[in-house]
Parts: sequence; C-alpha cells; structure tokens
Amino acid sequence: MSYVPHTREEREAMLAAIGVNSLDSLFADIPVSCRLTKLNMPDGLSEQEVYDHLHALSHKNGHTLVSFLGGGFYDHAIPAAVDSLVSRGEFFTAYTPYQPEVAQGTLQAIFEYQSMICRLTGLDAANASMYDGGTALAEAVMMAVNVTGRNTVVLTGGVSPIYRVMIRSYTHNLGINLTELPTPVEGVADRAALGAALNGDVAAVIVQNPSFFGTVDDFSDLAELVHAAGALLIASVYPVSLGILKRPGDMGVDIATGEGQSLGLPLSFGGPYLGFFAVRQDLVRKMPGRVVGATVDRRGKRSFVLTLQAREQHIRREKATSNICTNEALCALRATIYLSLLGKQGLRELAETCVRKAEYAKRRLAQVDGVRIRSRAPTFNEFVIELPIDAGEAVCRLVDRGFAAGFPLGRYYPELANCLLVALTEKRTKAEIDHFATALEVAL
Amino acid sequence: MSRLIFEKSVPGRRAMSFPRLSAAEQACAIPLPPNLCATQPVELPEVSELDVIRHYTALSQLNYSVDTHFYPLGSCTMKYNPRICEKIAALDGFAGIHPLLPQLRGGGSLTQGALEVLWRTERLLCELSGMDAFTLQPMAGAHGELTGMLLIAAYHRAKGRPRHQVLIPDSAHGTNPASAAIAGFKVVSVATDAEGNVDLADFTAKLTPDTAAVMLTCPNTLGLFERQVHVLAARAHANDTLLYYDGANMNALMGRVRPGDLGFDVVHLNVHKTLGTPHGGGGPGAGPVGVKAALAPFLPISTVEKRDDGTYALSYDRPQSIGYIAPFYGNFAVLLRAFAYLLRLGANGLREATDHAVLNANYLRVKLQEHFDIPYNRVCMHEVVLSAERQMKRSCVRALDIAKALIDAGYHPPTVYFPLIIHEALMIEPTETESKETLDAFAADLIRIAKLAEENPAAFAAMPECTRVSRVDETKAAREMRLKA
Repeated sequence: MSYVPHTREEREAMLAAIGVNSLDSLFADIPVSCRLTKLNMPDGLSEQEVYDHLHALSHKNGHTLVSFLGGGFYDHAIPAAVDSLVSRGEFFTAYTPYQPEVAQGTLQAIFEYQSMICRLTGLDAANASMYDGGTALAEAVMMAVNVTGRNTVVLTGGVSPIYRVMIRSYTHNLGINLTELPTPVEGVADRAALGAALNGDVAAVIVQNPSFFGTVDDFSDLAELVHAAGALLIASVYPVSLGILKRPGDMGVDIATGEGQSLGLPLSFGGPYLGFFAVRQDLVRKMPGRVVGATVDRRGKRSFVLTLQAREQHIRREKATSNICTNEALCALRATIYLSLLGKQGLRELAETCVRKAEYAKRRLAQVDGVRIRSRAPTFNEFVIELPIDAGEAVCRLVDRGFAAGFPLGRYYPELANCLLVALTEKRTKAEIDHFATALEVAL
Repeated sequence: MSRLIFEKSVPGRRAMSFPRLSAAEQACAIPLPPNLCATQPVELPEVSELDVIRHYTALSQLNYSVDTHFYPLGSCTMKYNPRICEKIAALDGFAGIHPLLPQLRGGGSLTQGALEVLWRTERLLCELSGMDAFTLQPMAGAHGELTGMLLIAAYHRAKGRPRHQVLIPDSAHGTNPASAAIAGFKVVSVATDAEGNVDLADFTAKLTPDTAAVMLTCPNTLGLFERQVHVLAARAHANDTLLYYDGANMNALMGRVRPGDLGFDVVHLNVHKTLGTPHGGGGPGAGPVGVKAALAPFLPISTVEKRDDGTYALSYDRPQSIGYIAPFYGNFAVLLRAFAYLLRLGANGLREATDHAVLNANYLRVKLQEHFDIPYNRVCMHEVVLSAERQMKRSCVRALDIAKALIDAGYHPPTVYFPLIIHEALMIEPTETESKETLDAFAADLIRIAKLAEENPAAFAAMPECTRVSRVDETKAAREMRLKA
C-alpha cells in the first residue's frame, strides 16, 4: 500500500497528457546499467499486519520495570492534553514556517517557547530548538570558539560523560583543544583546578547543574573567574530543577543549554528529544538555529516570522553560524504546552516533589546494610550510592525483582564500579521506594 | 489579535496537580541552602487545562498543513503521513523505554524489541539505497551531512593523506556547504551546465589531489536526474575522491535506481521526506547515513549487531569510529515510524510511490509549461522548478507575489527563490499522495494567477487576504529583535 490515489484511468490520462506511453519512459535519464528491477525486500503489508507485528515487538522491551534510571533523561508524567494537542495534523503535518501568513500557529508557539526558555534560564534570547542537549552543548562550544577567537574549551568534572564524548567527536576536526577536569562525585566543581586550567586561549568553560552525579552548585564565583580570563561560561541545565534552583542567567552564565526531554517528551529509547539554547543579549547574532521574532503585518497586526536569517545556512552557506535546518519543532511545541499546563506554581511544586522524594529515598536506602550515600553536597532529584558489590551486578539482580535500579557508574568511571546513580521523579511512590529498598537489601 | 499564552494568565489559576506526598516524604526537609535557590518562581502562565486546549487548538488553525491543504513545498516531500505510524510510535513498549536500559543487563536483553527495529531498519535502508552499512543516529538531514563529512575526513585520515576540500554544485542546498565547513573542510563551488547538470569541465578542473569528496543531490535541486552521474563517479573515484549523496530527493528513485549502484560512497536519507514521517512544523526528523564497506569502520558508536542466536546487541568496540554524534541511537520514535512505513509499503509500494511522485511532477510540468518559464524543460523527476521571470519582467509580479496569491487560493506555496541559480524560482513538488483532481485544480489556479499577473498586477500587493495576518514586516522583525515576551 503506497497511499497513492491514482486509478488506472487517471494514470493513463496523465501519461497521455505528458506525451509518454509508460511510467518507465519517465526514468529514461537513469543509466541503463544501473536500473533496478525490484528491491530485494518483502512487498507491503496491511495496516493490521504491521500493527500486530510491531505491537508484539514492543513487548520485548523492559518498559514495565519500576524505574530509578536518570542520567539526564527522566521518567516524568506527561499530561494527556500534551499528546492530544500535538496530535493535531495542523501542527504535525506542517513544515518549517517559511511562509509566515500560513504558519502563524507554529510561529507563535515557537515565540512562546523561546519566551519560556528565557524565563526558565534567566537569559535574554533562545532559539527555536536544537536536536538534543548534547548537540546543543556542542553548538555552544563551537559558538564560543567563534565569538572569542580562542581555541581551548574546559569541561568541568560534572558534565555528563554522554555529552563529553559527543563534544570530543564534534571538535575533533576543528582543532579545538579540550581540557577535562577531575570528577567530583560527592561535591561540586573544583575551583582550584579550574583556576589552574584558565589561560589566554580558553574560549569557554562548561559546567552542568545539577552535575551528572546530581549535586547542585552556584556558579556565580566561577562566572567571575571565567569572565576575568576573557572566556564564556556555558551551563548545561536540567529544566525541571529550575523550578527551585538558581537560574543560570542569575549566576552570570553566558550560554545555557540543556535537554528538554523532561518537559513532556516520552523517553522513546533516546529520541526524538529537544535541545534548548539560550544566550545573553550581546550574543544573539552569533547564536545557531532558527529564531522567531515578533513584528507586524501590513495592517499593523502583531505577527511572528523567522528572523535573523542572515546567520543561517540557506543564506550564508559555508559561512553560516551552524548547519542546522530541520530541528525539533514539534518537541518544542510539546515543551511549550507542558510548561503552560505546569504553570508558575506547578513547576515549583514539581521541583519540590522531586527533591523530597529523593531525600526520602536517600534516607530509606541509607538504612540498607552496606549501602552508603556518596553524595555530600546538596542534590536535586538524583544522587550516588555506593554498594558493597559491583553496581552492575546489583542492578542485574534487581531487574529480576522488577526494578531499573539506576545507572551503574562503572560504565564511564571504572573507579566507581560499586556506585549507582539513582533518580527520582514525581512518578515514584513511597511504596515503590520502600519496595526498592527492600529488594536492594535482598539483592545484596 | 491572537493573544500570547502569557497574556491569558490569571494569578492562582492551575492546570496540573501531583500525587499527594506521604507524611514521611513530606517530612523530608529540602536540603538546598538559599544561595543555590531561585529567589522568584519562573514566570510561566497561570491557566486552566481548557485555556491551554483552546489556545493551542486556535493556534493550530492558523497553519496550513498536509492534512488541511495541498502543500507542494519543493525539496521537502510533503506527502501524507500514515496514521498507523503514529499509533505504533505511541505504544508503551516503545515510548516508555529509557535509553540507558541496555546498560542494566548485558547485551541489551531489556530492549530486544527496540534493537530489532533498529537492526531491521538498517537492513531495509541498505537495500533501498544500495549501501553496505548504516548508522541511524543522525537526527536530521543536515546532521546526516555532517556525519557523512566526518566519516569522509576519517577515511582519508586513516589512509595517511588528510584532504581539505569538498566540491559542491552551485545548485546545492545551503546545508551542504555549511555541513562541510563545520566538519573542517574548505568548500569549492562547481557550476551547472546548460542542461541543468553539473558542468563536467568545471568539475574536472576543480578535482585535485586535495579533494576529499563531492556532495551531490540526485536528482538535483532542479528536479533533474544528473545524467552524467556515473562519469562524475568514475572521475572522482580515479582520484580517490568520495561521492556523497544528499538524500533530500530520494523520493524520486525508490525501486528504480539505488545511489550505491550509481557510485555513491556515502548517503544520507531524510526519513521525514522520503519515508513518510511527519515534518512536525520543522522537525523532529531523522537523517540516517549509509556507507560502502570501506567506510563502515568509521561509523559512529554504537552499532546494533545481530548475534548468531538471533538476539540483538549494541557494539561499542569500534576503534576507528568518528565517535559519538548523538547521545544514543538516533531519533528512535521517528525511525520506528519509518520502519512501519517501509513494512507497509514494501518493495512494490516504494516503487509505486516513486513512480507516481514523478508522474505527478511531470503532469504539472506539462500543464504549466506554456504559462511559466521552465529554464530546464525536460522530463523531470519528483519536482519541477518554474520561473516567474516572465511575470516579473512584464508586470513586476514576483515569485513571492505568486506564492501569496496561491495562499488565497487555498494552497501552501511552493518553495520560492531556490535553487539560487534560477531567477524567481517556484519549486513545486506535488508528491505521490496527491490525486489528479488536486493537481488539475492547482494548475488551473496557477494559470489563473498567471493571467491575473498580466491583467491586474496591482492586485497582488494586498495578497494574501484570507489569512489572519497579511504580509509581515520582516525588516522590522530583524531590526527590533523582539524574540520573547
């Protein structure tokens, strides 16, 4: 089934109008030696067959485990209204709003999204979205190098290892030097190590809040240090935490990026997600990606349009600030609707709920024999526990008891093989936390 | 005037609540000292659920979309998006799986269903494009281009002879030169000849020992099959220059010819174009990249492997890899839709889709050729590029004016002013899912608009008139930079 509406009569009438006698004649430009007779794959299936097949495959996944997995990607509840609204064909079957008169819906929603990201981060301007938190951070690195004309980027130890490896790959061909600082599992960014790493070639310092290990920091002092060295401060942040934590803009951060998955997007095995990207006013013209601005139409009515396009690939080609074209508009719309539903009070309550559940879980897990809470600095919704055995082994045993117990840190940090990163969201009940603690006790 | 969601805010109004905390949880103090905390709540709107539903429903109604209007936006392949793909992407067993689950138990045993989807999608894309291996990680077409350029750089580096230049035709999408530049290459532009193909003499003159790759779109952005593509491939390969295939126009070739058989070494596909996944108002898409065997060792980490016992696993052991270009396995839910689409269409359906996409474009070409200039008027593939130069010269009616007139006639306009080498370009891609009567009506309206351009060019200034906003002041937007509420 190809969803082609043509009847045979219509097809023949159209071929006659074109002046050819077969569909084959339309492909005469293809070199004969290369032409294909038929693709080597099965013919099409009915809708019912496709559904049954994929429905069966969907049950071969561990989606029913009670999850304490985070690592930058969180199992938050998604209100039904989000799915309902983004399912409107007027949104999801449209494309990039090149023609503003027939895309005011998408354009206004992106303008609202940009506004919400600015309010969340405390910065002045945000773009219409990047692919995910990692590519957003990589774009921030490239932007800082372009803005400062310097060539070294310092990654503090709290930056996600998933993003570190991405930044290495993106900067490899561009001659950018990376300095990676030691890992603070228990505490916050090491100021002395950072001070020692700063020099006249440093374009930017990257921090993350909360850190990959869940600890919370205030980078205000660090911003002064970084700015005094003529570099930019880039912060990758978890948006839900901004319901309670100090905003990056209020700490003196120049570029804030982050993963927007927690704002109403399903986990979906890694994507599609949403990279958000916000900057200080004086950096706006160097920002990558699409941007929507407010203006008026010829009758003076408020309207919205893609703007500052002189930065972009379709105008500037190889001199563009970025190669990004299609981004994650529908994911940005999800985040906008989610944040509207959450509202001013809701975001605060959600953040507080996450913190309290994490504190309760810490208390409960600390009672398990042999378990030690490694996090010393304050944490938001995620923290590190140390087990008497290999965390990978413990996690494996807990799968049998119905739990995705957390992320075993040995995968990225061999010296932390006994450590487990545990995340809480509003979805985890007290009973689930209690059962988890009991199961862990048995598993050890 | 349509108010912003912030302008509908009423202090104290709520749309969401959370499960009540137990006494034990409530008793836990928040351990955050004041210096770590915000002093004010984030100024999000305070609205009810119905406020949100009405607001965004009303906004949606200001859009033209495939579901509501014919949307012949050239180069974007705005075909119908089958609903079964949406239903499958929403299944709990797919939407609800955490990307780190494979780390919890060896070999991805907790995500066998998802890994099978990825592995089989890769195999189908290999067959569709004639390549040997695929990475599904790139999250959009331009991201695929960047990945492809990084692969090509790694290929030459591994041979001990890094190369620094990439040849790109002047008709190419802007993402091509931008992606090559971000991968660290110098871009060299190649001219187009009188028939709309790559100028072979210019190409040959610019091919040097430092040429890492040639990026081609085939059919090219004029909607024409690159007739000399095998000659280009032979000359490039004799120079150990790799051929990159921009898959934006793959909808023209499915089941008829494969880029791999034409000599391409690296391809990206735009699944949101060719494979029927929704465009989402500007993403999310997916831009998987396929390569010939010689480039497979450089593909990003991780890859999905099928074991002898029929199970699937993630492989991280890739010493020559370009590294990590995405956090996980790509835009999984988009790829899943593409997989469902591929199963639904199959070998026969994919070819049928391509055949009718090309039929529809040629049908419009012959219907419109007397009324508009067609600078390269020959049998086209999936799209046809008209020029409004005649209208511009005779009555100062530009391609943009014609686009706005089409809006009033109930159509999303074609792509305008691209490719850059055509003056007053109107790039029309009808796709295979549009019926003859839709095309007949569209052609009749476009011919009527061409006549109006002769008879009453002044009428265009006020268009569009049927939309909530008329033409917008783009200069004011760029000058004032009002980017947030």
